[in-house]
Amino acid sequence: MIIEFGHFALILALLVAAAQTIIPAWGAAKRDPRLMAFGEPAAVSQVVLILIAFLALMYAYVVSDFSVANVAANSHSSKPLIYRISGVWGNHEGSMLLWVLILAIFGAAVALFGNNLPAALRANVLSVQSSIALAFLLFILITSNPFERLDPAPLDGRGLNPILQDPALAFHPPFLYMGYVGFSLAFSFAVAALIEGRTDAAWARWVRPWTLLAWMCLTIGIAMGSWWAYYELGWGGWWFWDPVENASFMPWLAGTALLHSALVMEKREALKVWTILLAILTFSLSLMGTFLVRSGVLSSVHAFAVDPGRGVFVLSIMLLFTGGGLALFAYRARDLAQGGIFSPISREGALVLNNVLLTTGCVTVLVGTLYPLALESLTGAKISVGAPYFNMTFVPLMFPLLLAVPLGPLLAWKRADLAAAMQRLIAAGVLALLVMVIAFAVTERGPWLAPFGFAIGVWVMAGALSETAFRIKLGQAPLSESWRRLTNLPRASVGTTLAHFGVGLMVCGIVGTSAYKSEEILLMRPGETKAIAGYELVFRGAAPSKGPNYTEIVGVFDVTRNGNPVTRLEPAKRIYDAPPQPTSEAGIYASWGGDLYAVLGDQQGDGGFAVRLYFHPLVRFIWIGALIMFFGGAISLSDRRLRVGAPQKRSTRAPIGVPAE
Amino acid sequence: MTRKQRRGLLIGLGVGVLSIAAVLMMFAFRQSIVFFHTPSDVAEHKIAQGVRFRLGGLVKEGTVARGEGTRVSFSVTDTIGTVPVSYEGILPDLFREGQGVVAEGILGPDGNFVADTVLAKHDETYMPPEVAKALKEKGVELGKSAEHPGETQTQ
Repeated sequence: MIIEFGHFALILALLVAAAQTIIPAWGAAKRDPRLMAFGEPAAVSQVVLILIAFLALMYAYVVSDFSVANVAANSHSSKPLIYRISGVWGNHEGSMLLWVLILAIFGAAVALFGNNLPAALRANVLSVQSSIALAFLLFILITSNPFERLDPAPLDGRGLNPILQDPALAFHPPFLYMGYVGFSLAFSFAVAALIEGRTDAAWARWVRPWTLLAWMCLTIGIAMGSWWAYYELGWGGWWFWDPVENASFMPWLAGTALLHSALVMEKREALKVWTILLAILTFSLSLMGTFLVRSGVLSSVHAFAVDPGRGVFVLSIMLLFTGGGLALFAYRARDLAQGGIFSPISREGALVLNNVLLTTGCVTVLVGTLYPLALESLTGAKISVGAPYFNMTFVPLMFPLLLAVPLGPLLAWKRADLAAAMQRLIAAGVLALLVMVIAFAVTERGPWLAPFGFAIGVWVMAGALSETAFRIKLGQAPLSESWRRLTNLPRASVGTTLAHFGVGLMVCGIVGTSAYKSEEILLMRPGETKAIAGYELVFRGAAPSKGPNYTEIVGVFDVTRNGNPVTRLEPAKRIYDAPPQPTSEAGIYASWGGDLYAVLGDQQGDGGFAVRLYFHPLVRFIWIGALIMFFGGAISLSDRRLRVGAPQKRSTRAPIGVPAE
Repeated sequence: MTRKQRRGLLIGLGVGVLSIAAVLMMFAFRQSIVFFHTPSDVAEHKIAQGVRFRLGGLVKEGTVARGEGTRVSFSVTDTIGTVPVSYEGILPDLFREGQGVVAEGILGPDGNFVADTVLAKHDETYMPPEVAKALKEKGVELGKSAEHPGETQTQ
């Protein structure tokens, strides 16, 4: 009964979405306040209805109601509770429901907190946001209904793919969707601005916090996915340039660019047309990601069951919104007023450079991801584009960007003194060079570019800190004065520093693990020893054991360093009960210097096991860097001036001596 | 600086960076594209030796043999052609006889495919689309056991 109730709520949500798509926009066109006001209650009831549907499905998973086809296909009564819950979004239908739920939450946020938005703008935003929800609700109800029943109901379900039964992966999709779908709000605002034919700084002030929130969630969602792939898949890599990874990375790149260009629009009313275009493109890339993952054109762990009907449907949705948005843009963009003028050497100039490099980087990823699909549909030839392509195209484009990152926040708006900014970065530059020289001296192997990569990472980190040091007059004024300035620093500025610092830390991690990874694949018999990266591993043998819903063979490695015991690694090969699928559980010893990583392979006949051992230097910094970026975003979001729904009348010029951020 | 000059500069910057990227992309594509072939392609086309490619098909039943150390050999088949593959390392968890597999490497002069990477499906119920499509094109009927092994085992 609860299932039918959920299904009914979803159909009601569709009707509400249809009404909400038409009525507020119509009201905005007619300047009728009563019709425009329809948007707010509609958006709230839409989210309540979708939430009811979502909870109904979750209930079916929690109580293991296998008469629901979706539950029977993706769950199992022996699964721990947390994975029964996360199983709701571990499949195509359920994750689609989560997708529209988040979409509706963002829409309702505008309805609830958007009191000080111009009424017509708010009405149009709610209509556009609802039209996206309408398209996806139709998609769910027509092609991917999670509430379909099975008769007769099976005794037990088929279970969730065991590599998805993992804490990091339980929360990876919700964060990822918050990011993907969060950009829908930027899209809705852009389309609403185009419908009205006007946009101003208040528009950017509204869009920026939502974009920032989406960006934070996408950052942490991608980082979680990467961390999961690293420890769960047993390949020892953290990023594979897999098309589906790229599908989430492209909106991230475009969203990062949007975040920076919206800043220019908010502070200086420049780059308006570009920012609007970027908002449309960012969400279009999110839609493309959804299409790539759900159409079955890609082979990946993310690719859901192949169904051409679904693929065509999502493709139509994507073309409708991307095409519609771009057509409207082409039609109306020239009506948007021109903004402020700036010299090339200025904060605006630096942010333009950021945008050019990020979007070009995004284009290279896009081409590398879509080229195999295009080539196959045109010529039938099947190819794969792997990491070497992206290392040769995307990575070089990021070098100038990273070199420029510390300079940006030190430049003044409108017209800046590059030499003065450079001067403030002398300490950071010296530190970076020092690190480069040390890296050259200490490392015996690895590519010659690697020390240079470390220098760039340190440059970005030290540069971010130098900017804060300069602002609080560290060393120039008494410490108490610096402390007072530090506590008075706008949170948005602290957030920028943190986020940039996180980028630098991540660069160091990426360079360290890519250039200096040690890898050994060998056969080990019990009692044998192998040395790797200064550690000695003694293989003690492997023994079977039993877990809650799996059986496993656990290998035991005692690790010593210079004769002192360090840890015991216990990599395992598991076979889950339902579905009966083998997985590898890596044994990992984490330290600041790097991760020691062991994978147990197959038994090779004479009692020996194939074993894969890695040492990944500095690999943790990649995810710690992403976490710092997330917190940087969060601190920035808590800034009073950015607080959601608080557009400010007064000019936001900061006091002299503290450049506005 | 006038608005026109500024716009010119911005466009110049954009076009400049894009053309650098285009050159990089063309260069990278020439070097790093890997083609996908089936075992019968290998028999028909006589693929040049020393060219890296991906070989996809089913792991032929009864051909997986473990050798010295971590060396493994098996055959990949699309039921029309069959190519012997040798690989040194750890096979993916889901590698199994009779199931879809993609191996990347170089065809040796003896007709033996030396793989340095072996990819298997991530999921019991899932076959890499390029394998499924290639097999379909070759007119190979995919049995239920090949397409949905999970189903037959759980019920």
